[in-house]
Amino acid sequence: MKTVASGLSNRELEVGTFFQRDRSWHPPALTPAYKTSVLRSPQKALLSLDNTLSEITGPVFGHNILGELDDDLIHNFAKPGKSAIGQRIIVYGRLLDERGKGVAGALLEVWQANAGGRYRHKRESYIAALDPNFGGCGRTITGEDGSYAFRTIKPGPYPWPNGPNDWRPAHIHFSVFGHGFAQRLITQMYFEGDPLIWKCPIVRGIPDRAAVERLIAVLDMQATIPMDASAYRFDIVLRGRRSSLFENRLEGN
Amino acid sequence: MTHSLDRLKESPSQTAGPYVHIGLTPNFAGIGGVYENDLGADLVSDKTRGERIDIKLRVIDGGGTPLKDALIEIWQADAAGLYNSPFEMRGAADPNFTGWGRRAVDAESGECVFGTIKPGRVPFNDGRLMAPHITLWIVARGINIGLHTRLYFGDEQSANAEDPVLACIEHRHRVATLIAPRNGNTYTLDIRLQGERETVFFDI
Repeated sequence: MKTVASGLSNRELEVGTFFQRDRSWHPPALTPAYKTSVLRSPQKALLSLDNTLSEITGPVFGHNILGELDDDLIHNFAKPGKSAIGQRIIVYGRLLDERGKGVAGALLEVWQANAGGRYRHKRESYIAALDPNFGGCGRTITGEDGSYAFRTIKPGPYPWPNGPNDWRPAHIHFSVFGHGFAQRLITQMYFEGDPLIWKCPIVRGIPDRAAVERLIAVLDMQATIPMDASAYRFDIVLRGRRSSLFENRLEGN
Repeated sequence: MTHSLDRLKESPSQTAGPYVHIGLTPNFAGIGGVYENDLGADLVSDKTRGERIDIKLRVIDGGGTPLKDALIEIWQADAAGLYNSPFEMRGAADPNFTGWGRRAVDAESGECVFGTIKPGRVPFNDGRLMAPHITLWIVARGINIGLHTRLYFGDEQSANAEDPVLACIEHRHRVATLIAPRNGNTYTLDIRLQGERETVFFDI
């Protein structure tokens, strides 16, 4: 097995190519019910390319980029002594690869609307009010076993100009780096039991109901902080690296 | 009963949406005071080795209109052709060059500019050298899964002619969609999401 010592951990790292992406599991580029996809979807076939060094490698970020409150959206934009308004929650889970191994040292970035469904963005015009103590961005780096946690408030649903009466379910956007640029992923986390999930054209772009369910965080009463915050568990899976089963093979299996 | 391979499925992608800047370039979005700088804003410092260049990009939809809300990340080797990554096994990359950058396109012009260095050549899997290139990853509202493509350099004609990835493009007229012409120190490339001159996107 090709391995290399790394600053990421004491373990030796595999450096193989990644498993092929299952594009029938992901949403296709063209999902007409999500109207903006109509003019923004390539019409020609993607060119398949076995990973080269340009995709096997990728940026890795050190803890030196993190500020003390980067993983605490309740406080990272709030004035001193204040906190964001809304249902206080912990969002936690593990970043895994397709072989079930924790992905260590990976940057996770999140963004979301406030409790009323209002984003802090100049192009957002929803009449729900801004929360002066909520910015809406956070980031963290996964631990040795791929674990992560954020503290935030539960975002509200919001209407959007797609159909005449479309509402996004409550969601948190996740941007995930693995160790190779081929693993780069942006997705959205939804909340267990939200009836808007199954009406949403963005969610419904995902062809397989089982795939949608993978984006729904579950309420976890064992991870709550009593009288403080409830908790949702959300595990994220990135593409796995091929491993060499035999030493004498030059490339992965 | 057959054995289970017991593998997990990758988390399905979803669009980055129109407010991607809140999370990925919050200072650009007007959310100050949370992060000191937007990540990926500066690629080069005085100490970075290599030729300084600018990469000017736009992303254009099927109606010919530049996207005003796209976000682009780039990933490239250093001037010697080494990646600043723990998975780079050929040697140590320039410690003053991360090789990774991130920009939101301008909300008026739809343009973004990366000040970077021209990358060295990197070997393909069979040992042949690839032409100098920059890997691009594009997300935006309306894009359900991030799009991977590459920028090649217009003044590297002989290297481009022998590039093993460009050689995979069956419809030869489409090769030009990946090649950025040079003007001074600036390379300019329009990424066309669909239509006649659609950019080649990769399933990597």
